[in-house]
Amino acid sequence: MTGAGCWAAATSGQWTSSIAHSLFPPASFSELLRILTLRSGYNAAVVILGATLLGLAAGVIGAFALLRKRALMGDALAHATLPGIAAAFLAATALGGQGRSLPVLLVGAAITGVLGILAVHAIVRHTRLKEDAAIGVVLSVFFGLGVVLLSYIQSLQQGNVGGLSTFIYGQTAAMSRADALLIGSVAAASVVLALLLMKEFRVVCFDDRFAAAIGLPVGLIDLLMMTLVVIVTVIGLQAVGLILIVAMLIIPPAAARFWTERMARMTLASGGIGALSGYLGASASALLPRLPAGSVIVLTAGALFLLSMLLAPSRGVLTAALRSARLRLHVALEHTLRGAYETLESQSPAPPSAPPPPVPLSAIHAVTTMHPLLWLLTKLSLRRRGLAALADAGATLRLTPRGLAEAARLTRNHRLWEEYLVTHADIAPSHVDRSADLVEHILSPDLVADLERSLRARGELPTPPPSVHPIGKGLRT
Amino acid sequence: MTVAYHRRPVLWDIDYDAPDRSLIAIVGPNGAGKSTFIKACLGLVPKASGTVEIYGRPYREQRRLVGYVPQRESVDWDFPVSALDVVAMGRYAKIGWFRPVSRAHKAAALDALAQVGMADFAHRQINQLSGGQQQRVFLARALAQEAKIYFMDEPFAGVDAATEAAIVAILRRLRDEGRTVICVHHDLQTVPDYFDHVLLLNTRVVAAGPVSGPNSVFTRDNLQKTYGGRLTLLEEAAQAMAKAGTSL
Repeated sequence: MTGAGCWAAATSGQWTSSIAHSLFPPASFSELLRILTLRSGYNAAVVILGATLLGLAAGVIGAFALLRKRALMGDALAHATLPGIAAAFLAATALGGQGRSLPVLLVGAAITGVLGILAVHAIVRHTRLKEDAAIGVVLSVFFGLGVVLLSYIQSLQQGNVGGLSTFIYGQTAAMSRADALLIGSVAAASVVLALLLMKEFRVVCFDDRFAAAIGLPVGLIDLLMMTLVVIVTVIGLQAVGLILIVAMLIIPPAAARFWTERMARMTLASGGIGALSGYLGASASALLPRLPAGSVIVLTAGALFLLSMLLAPSRGVLTAALRSARLRLHVALEHTLRGAYETLESQSPAPPSAPPPPVPLSAIHAVTTMHPLLWLLTKLSLRRRGLAALADAGATLRLTPRGLAEAARLTRNHRLWEEYLVTHADIAPSHVDRSADLVEHILSPDLVADLERSLRARGELPTPPPSVHPIGKGLRT
Repeated sequence: MTVAYHRRPVLWDIDYDAPDRSLIAIVGPNGAGKSTFIKACLGLVPKASGTVEIYGRPYREQRRLVGYVPQRESVDWDFPVSALDVVAMGRYAKIGWFRPVSRAHKAAALDALAQVGMADFAHRQINQLSGGQQQRVFLARALAQEAKIYFMDEPFAGVDAATEAAIVAILRRLRDEGRTVICVHHDLQTVPDYFDHVLLLNTRVVAAGPVSGPNSVFTRDNLQKTYGGRLTLLEEAAQAMAKAGTSL
């Protein structure tokens, strides 16, 4: 390495570490605790409270928007606020007022935001374009217009220009007590409305045609829902910024959907997740003042989403994987027992009886192949359930009396099912093993009873019927 | 009544008087406007011209007397509601704004579910139901409306044999109680078995009347006219109008 290269590497290392240091200054645990308990000064407490309430309101309203499949409409709306902010600034300055007055800017934002939504509706209604294309067009054109106006304002070099661009990325720390109060009242109103109109929102979101048929004013309910989205977007602009505010409307309900199958609970969970994101995100950015709080809040919501996606019961990804792994183990266990039983059958003409002789593992492995790890788990599971244990230094498997009974029952189910497929479903005996395999592991006692009924009265035969095909290979797990 | 989409008429001069206390099938090829007919009756699509009257008065005043079963595919079944939640929607008009679903209305919804043999599935998420079960939930929601006249959009589409039999039994019971059911129906073979009257529809009314007896309109000749392979003159005119951009 040359001297210059060495120098460059050293400085760039220094540089990145100094960035890391300034972005993430080390914080003590007590400082963290102080922030989380809102004791780190009045301003920080206001910001954290405001962000929490904003998350709550956005979560509740976002749940409706998501279920109405209008979530992206919020994005068009948010981007369309930028020209309104800039135009309101220009208008206020031209009228001699103070350009950078928050209420004026937010009114401007709301006006062009609503215009954006109307533009999307107009495109969908009067052309054959679909909503996604219309949203894409409106969102980018309005945002582009906003950026043009913003740079025009900057070129004027006039008074108090700075700060308009904070609406793009948001500046949570700028939240005042009045802002937090406003956000709080909107949050309260949205929760009350959600509770009052849950029924109406539910039927409109699920089946708007039916809602219209029973006489509900679907247009009006949609308008109300969209108004709430407009309000939460506009009051969230300053804190989270117009690019990311849509995340507060989409991520919490999407995460909440993993946890519940009921709309009311999902709405509340969404509000909770939104509030938690606001609280944790604003607290984190109080610790790391150089990071934009809006992004930290959205990233927190994203982390909660990821957790929900992985861990939620019933709809979570990990839960589903676990369930499928459990089923595979269950199938492997049943195959092993049936393999052992059929080996015993082949050893003597009489039906196997307790206590059965040990079965060589090689005979079982000859009919059922499985991954070594799965085989290990199967062995453990067999022993834990007291169905079978390894003997002769791991060379044979010895079924317990209970294991033998279970193996006989499984083999019987399998053959009943095979026989049914051959006699009633015209499946060739050479193919039947595999088809039976797909179903037999989920046979309920009721189904087995049905099978017995349809295959002449078999009574409670203690032993399985003979197989309809030669016993051999083919058990795949 | 005339209905048009994008200026192209899909239903043209429909003049139909549905007989009371009967099961009526609407039959016709794809794109004949069968679903549109039902939606127009319910005020779900704008009419270019014409009126719909229920027992002699405008639909808006008689909404309470009308029940509706939309096509099963028209909704997202992954929606977070239970079967009971969906059936309870049939009671919403009776419950009124802002109020939650009371115990009495919940009981009525449960009763409607029981009538379609789905009481055991009341608390299932609707996504865990089979297609036939979902269709029965929709039917139960309509029953919960306690209407006098029912509009059903393909209630037999994609259902299993057991559900089909259950639906037929319910339709007959509704008729015997003095109600009227108007169904979009696809299976021509079962029309005479399941229904009393038929409305043969292809953009206009081809024929309407009883399915059997001396005045039967369910004839080979009428079916030929309804399903005739070539474009009818009316359709050609409709396409020409759409192209020229003329409005009705």
